[in-house]
Amino acid sequence: MKKLDRKQIAARLARDIPDGSYVNLGIGLPTLVADYLPKDREIVLHSENGVLGIGPRPAPGAEDEDLMNAGKEPVTMLKGGSFFHHADSFGMIRGRHLDYCVLGAFQVSVAGDLANWHTGAPDAIPAVGGAMDLAVGAKNVLVMMEHLTKDGTSKVVERCTYPLTGARCVNRIYTDLAVIDVKADGLHVVDLVADLSFEELERLTGVALRKPRELVTQ
Amino acid sequence: MIDKFIDSAAAALADVPDGATVMIGGFGNAGMPAQLIDALIAQGAKDLTVVNNNAGNADAGLAALIGAKRVKKILCSFPRQSDSWHFDQAFHAGEIELELVPQGTLAERIRAAGAGIGAFYTPTAFGTKLAEGKETRRIGDRDYVLEYPIHADYALIKADRADRWGNLTYRMTARNFGPIMASAARITVAQVRDTVALGELDPEVVVTPGIFVHRVVRIAPLRKVA
Repeated sequence: MKKLDRKQIAARLARDIPDGSYVNLGIGLPTLVADYLPKDREIVLHSENGVLGIGPRPAPGAEDEDLMNAGKEPVTMLKGGSFFHHADSFGMIRGRHLDYCVLGAFQVSVAGDLANWHTGAPDAIPAVGGAMDLAVGAKNVLVMMEHLTKDGTSKVVERCTYPLTGARCVNRIYTDLAVIDVKADGLHVVDLVADLSFEELERLTGVALRKPRELVTQ
Repeated sequence: MIDKFIDSAAAALADVPDGATVMIGGFGNAGMPAQLIDALIAQGAKDLTVVNNNAGNADAGLAALIGAKRVKKILCSFPRQSDSWHFDQAFHAGEIELELVPQGTLAERIRAAGAGIGAFYTPTAFGTKLAEGKETRRIGDRDYVLEYPIHADYALIKADRADRWGNLTYRMTARNFGPIMASAARITVAQVRDTVALGELDPEVVVTPGIFVHRVVRIAPLRKVA
C-alpha cells in the first residue's frame, strides 16, 4: 500500500471543503490543509484568537506580532477579513456558525467520540485550548490523523481509552490509509489508498468497517 | 472632569493587594501587557490568582510572574507549551494550583462576569473529565454543563489607542481577551501604544467603551529599526 504523507492527507481533506465554507483548522497537522484549499473556492478561515479571513503566511520579515493564528504563527489577512474578541470568537464556534473544523486526534471511537487533549498520564500537564468547544460547536467535525500509532495500534477504536474531548462529535476521519465517515450505524469507508484492500484496512483498524457499494481508490 | 491617564505602570498598579485575582490579557505576545506585568512583579503583590489563556512563555511577562512565585493559582486553557518551563516547574513542585478551563468556556465565564450573568449552560466539555462534578442539564436534545462567571479585582490589558475617558481601540488579533477582561474586573488597567485627545476616536470604531476602563498608561513601543 502507499500510505499518504501528512501533506497528502491535507490535500485529500482540502478537496472536500466546499466553496463558501467557514472553516477552523486546528493547531499542528490540520494547519497544513490551508496550503491545499482549491484556489478557485472562497473559503474563510477562522482562528480562535479572534480572526476570520486568514491569508497565507507572510513573507520573511513581513511578520507582525499582532497578527497571529491560534498556533501563534504569524499570518496575513485576506480582503474581507475581520477581527473580534475571544467571547465572540467562541460564540461563533459554539453557536454552530462554523461549517467545518479540522482537529488532530489520539483516538476516535466508532461512535464518533474524540480524544485529542490528554493522554491521561498522571504526571502530564493537561492542556485543552479550544478543542472541546470546536468538537461540540462546528457543524462538521473532521479529524485528520495517522491511522496507526508508532507501534502499529489503530487510533480508530471501539471505545476511547484516553480522556474524551467530546462525545459523538466526529463526522469524518481522514488518515494516511483511508477516509471514513462516522454514522449512526457505524464506520463507512469512503475511499482508501492504492494497493490496500478493504479487508486489510479493516484488519489494521481492528473494528468493523462498512464497505461502500463501490470501493474508491484515492 | 474624567481623566483616566496615569503617568506610569507602577502608579497604575500601586494598590494591588496580596491575594488579588488578576486577569491578564493577551494570546501569545499579541495583546500581552508586558510592561504592566513587569510593574506588577516590581510591585511585589503575592498569592495572586491569575486568569490568562496560557501559563506564560519563556522568561518574560506572565512566565516571570510565575517564576517569581507570586501566583498561587492560575485559570487557563492551555498551560503546557514548549517554553512554559516556569509554570511546568511550579506545577510539578506543587507550588501552583491549576484550574483548566476550555478556551471558549474561559472566554464566556469572563464575559458573563462583565455582563452580570449568574451562570450559564454550555455544551462544551459535557461527558468529559473537565465537566466532572459539575451540574448538568438536558435542554431540548442537547446536554449542557453549568458554568459560573469569573470576576477579577484587576484586569491588565493591552490596547492600541485610548482617550482620557478610557475608550479603547485595538490592533488586529491583539484584541483577543481585552474587551471581555475589561468588563469583568473591578479595576481595569490598559496599557496603550498611544493616547489621543477626547473626540479623536471615532465612536464607531471604539471597541471597549471607557465605562469598562479605569486606568490608562501610555507605553511607547520600542521603535523597530527600519
